Amino acid sequence: MSENALTNKGESSSALGSLPGGAAEHAPTTTREPASTLEGLSGVVSDWASDKQAFRVPWGKAMMWIFLLSDTFIFTCFLTSYMNVRISTTVPWPNPSEVFALNIGNQRIPLILIAIMTMVLITSSGTMAMAVNFGYARHRAKTTALMLMTAGFGATFVGMQAFEWTKLITEGVRPWGNPWGAVQFGSSFFMITGFHGLHVSAGVIYLAVVARRVWTGFYDRKGSYETVEITGLYWHFVDLVWVFIFAFFYLW
Amino acid sequence: MAYVAIADRDHVLHDPETFIRKYIWSQDHKVIAIQYSVTAIAIGLVALGMSVLMRLQLGFPHAFSLIAPNNYYQFITMHGMIMVIYLLTALFLGGFGNYLIPLMCGARDMVFPYMNMLSYWVYLLAVLVLVAGFFIPGGPTGAGWTLYPPQSVLPGTPGSSWGIIFMLVSLGIFIVAFTMGGLNYVTTVLQARCRGMTLMRMPLSVWGIFMATVLGLLAFPALLVGAVMMTLDSLLGTSFFLPAVVSMGQPPTHSGGSPLLFQHLFWFFGHPEVYIVALPAFGIVSDLLSTHARRHIFGYRMMVWAILAIGCLSFVVWAHHMYVSGMNPYFGFFFATTTLIIAVPTAIKVYNWVLTLWRGDIHLTVPMLFAIGFIFTFVNGGLTGLFLGNVTVDVPLSATYFVVAHFHMVMGVSPILVVFGAIYHWYPKITGRMLNDTLGRIHFWLTFLGTYAIYLPMHYLGILGVPRRYYAFGGTEFLPESVQSVNAAITISALFVAAVQLVFLFNLIWSLSKGKPAGGNPWRATTLEWQTPDTPPKHGNWGPKLPVVHRWAYDYSVPGAKEDFIPQNQPPDALTPAGREQEPAS
Ligand code: HEM
Ligand SMILES: [Cu+2]
Repeated sequence: MSENALTNKGESSSALGSLPGGAAEHAPTTTREPASTLEGLSGVVSDWASDKQAFRVPWGKAMMWIFLLSDTFIFTCFLTSYMNVRISTTVPWPNPSEVFALNIGNQRIPLILIAIMTMVLITSSGTMAMAVNFGYARHRAKTTALMLMTAGFGATFVGMQAFEWTKLITEGVRPWGNPWGAVQFGSSFFMITGFHGLHVSAGVIYLAVVARRVWTGFYDRKGSYETVEITGLYWHFVDLVWVFIFAFFYLW
Repeated sequence: MAYVAIADRDHVLHDPETFIRKYIWSQDHKVIAIQYSVTAIAIGLVALGMSVLMRLQLGFPHAFSLIAPNNYYQFITMHGMIMVIYLLTALFLGGFGNYLIPLMCGARDMVFPYMNMLSYWVYLLAVLVLVAGFFIPGGPTGAGWTLYPPQSVLPGTPGSSWGIIFMLVSLGIFIVAFTMGGLNYVTTVLQARCRGMTLMRMPLSVWGIFMATVLGLLAFPALLVGAVMMTLDSLLGTSFFLPAVVSMGQPPTHSGGSPLLFQHLFWFFGHPEVYIVALPAFGIVSDLLSTHARRHIFGYRMMVWAILAIGCLSFVVWAHHMYVSGMNPYFGFFFATTTLIIAVPTAIKVYNWVLTLWRGDIHLTVPMLFAIGFIFTFVNGGLTGLFLGNVTVDVPLSATYFVVAHFHMVMGVSPILVVFGAIYHWYPKITGRMLNDTLGRIHFWLTFLGTYAIYLPMHYLGILGVPRRYYAFGGTEFLPESVQSVNAAITISALFVAAVQLVFLFNLIWSLSKGKPAGGNPWRATTLEWQTPDTPPKHGNWGPKLPVVHRWAYDYSVPGAKEDFIPQNQPPDALTPAGREQEPAS
């Protein structure tokens, strides 16, 4: 992360060089005291209140952060609601380690599919991070390849999710009922994994589009690979959310 | 200096050439603002029409047969929802937010104009879906604007099969639209201010709109989740919110859901929503008061911190709407406490408004009249809020007309007064012409006094125990006969107030061509939007060079200065040193 931040700065200031006017015109005009002389709360306020920008990041990145914050609230509401119905239901909740077990050979292995799915998604975060790095190093081919790999992992994840859904549906799980207990089990399951799956699918498309632009040299012409990092932010977020779903839905 | 690159890049702005690109598919924040405002006001007039119909029924129960009980519930629901969300939220954030943020911060436009344009069109779609609800079998939902399950999706409530779905879908679309706009507003305020415009030099209007947008981005998710779950309940037969109820003699089709969960989700959104409407009003009214009293706003920093504090606290008071819902009584204790705490920063703001007027050079212009009217009305509504915030007082008053009177005062009339004031104030910048002053004064006095004639008696009705959301009364012996006469009087006032708004509409349209030419800065105000090279501002707002800010937004009547106001972008000189972010110590 810190390395990215550094490269990022270099990136933007080189973009600056091409602008008329240059840095002199943009010297701060505030007569605020320099931040270092202010301590404690007023120092923090003065830093944040600096002119033009509160955070030293490009617009797109700032906007993605804010969007993800809002999206966090959506997932939090979903998960809290799920926990609420799970706690307040009068009928026992089906046991996840049995419901989500697969028969492999003669063995019944609990949560195996989910474990693989989680691994796939976490790996994709790794490839994404590498893509961002190569992006800032201007390695077009490597960046494209790594982004496509990430998208591939994402698509695999969605595919496995489709498999899981099919399996549960053939076993009789429906949004309005299931053979083993509280009806809210199916409803929460389809709703939450479905909503997350939509996020992953959107991410796959997003990755593919950006990867194509990397390949065609769009960001070289633009002079900045920021978009790759912004895509990465979204992708890491979707992974992180999955970790919570995994913990709260499958492990509880 | 990594951050200076983008704001001054001129080539990101392509001047639109064709009429369609300029006025329809426009990416200019000013055009989008006007589109938002016109749509919001249009749908708001529909809601006003519905309130007139409701009042006719309440005032003269046997005189009009055109409103059936079902229609009454549908009107209540649509009226409340439209007023709160499709009118006020859209108008303050999509309308004023869009217009003022870039101009007041010294930006050329929002940071992502294309997304901003989409935001409007998606909002329009949400409005159309909402209106479509009137034309489907069963009509729109009549569940009340709170949409509480189980009744909102069970047979017996009007619109429980399709009306509610249309409502939920429309809300979902609205939230998408709002998010696209809101991300723009927040990012623009944080990242795209002009040189010298520190956060602590921003006009309070921007602060209010900014904080309201943040609240929206964090509160609407709860509504979205509630809407998704309720849609699933009613379309797919899930049981998130529906317990096993026997409805109209039919065996239960659902089991084990929690209606309280919906109430929590709804009010986790619903209370911040009150402040989404109130904070922009707070901000705008501060600027109106300061400009028209020719005096710096009192306690600028305190005002900013109060906005931030109110914003944060508004997320921990939601269950004061649920004292009678059957939740754990201990919650009531907690939420009553937080509710009373939030009154502190709110009261600070009121004191500071009054102290801004103190020894000011008060010009009773039309915007100023509305601003002062706002202070009165808001204090009135705020005080009844203190009553309702306390559990023991709220329990008997819940679901009576006292509540109706309270929320109309605090989030109906008060923000609407600010909307009017703001329109009178900024119309000259938007159109280049002044609104007619005499008509404006008539509009103000009749509206202000008229709304008191409507809502003050409602407090009294509420204390008598007249229940809210009732189509007609019967078997209510505890109510004296006079209740009916009061209701009739209220209705007459309401008809009157509604009619007076025609004066305003006429003024808006008439002044467009016949109004007095305004010049660039008719109110002699300090903030940046009045310093644009053209009026109305052109695409890109600032001509070739962005403004540079040297001082805070409230340099009025500075001793020694040539004029009684110093624009924010006026460079410092010996008499008027720059860098002031606080009022003088005296
Ligand atoms: C002249 C203006 C207005 C009149 C005459 C009016 C009248 C009414 C009436 C008669 C009701 C139904 C009360 C009942 O039977 O329980 C109502 C409800 C409501 N009004 Fe207004 N109103 C006006 C403006 C506004 C505004 C500006 C807002 C904006 C916040 C607003 C928000 C609401 C809400 C939220 C409800 C509650 C709906 C419900 O119970 O579900 N009203 N109004
Ligand atoms: Cu509240």
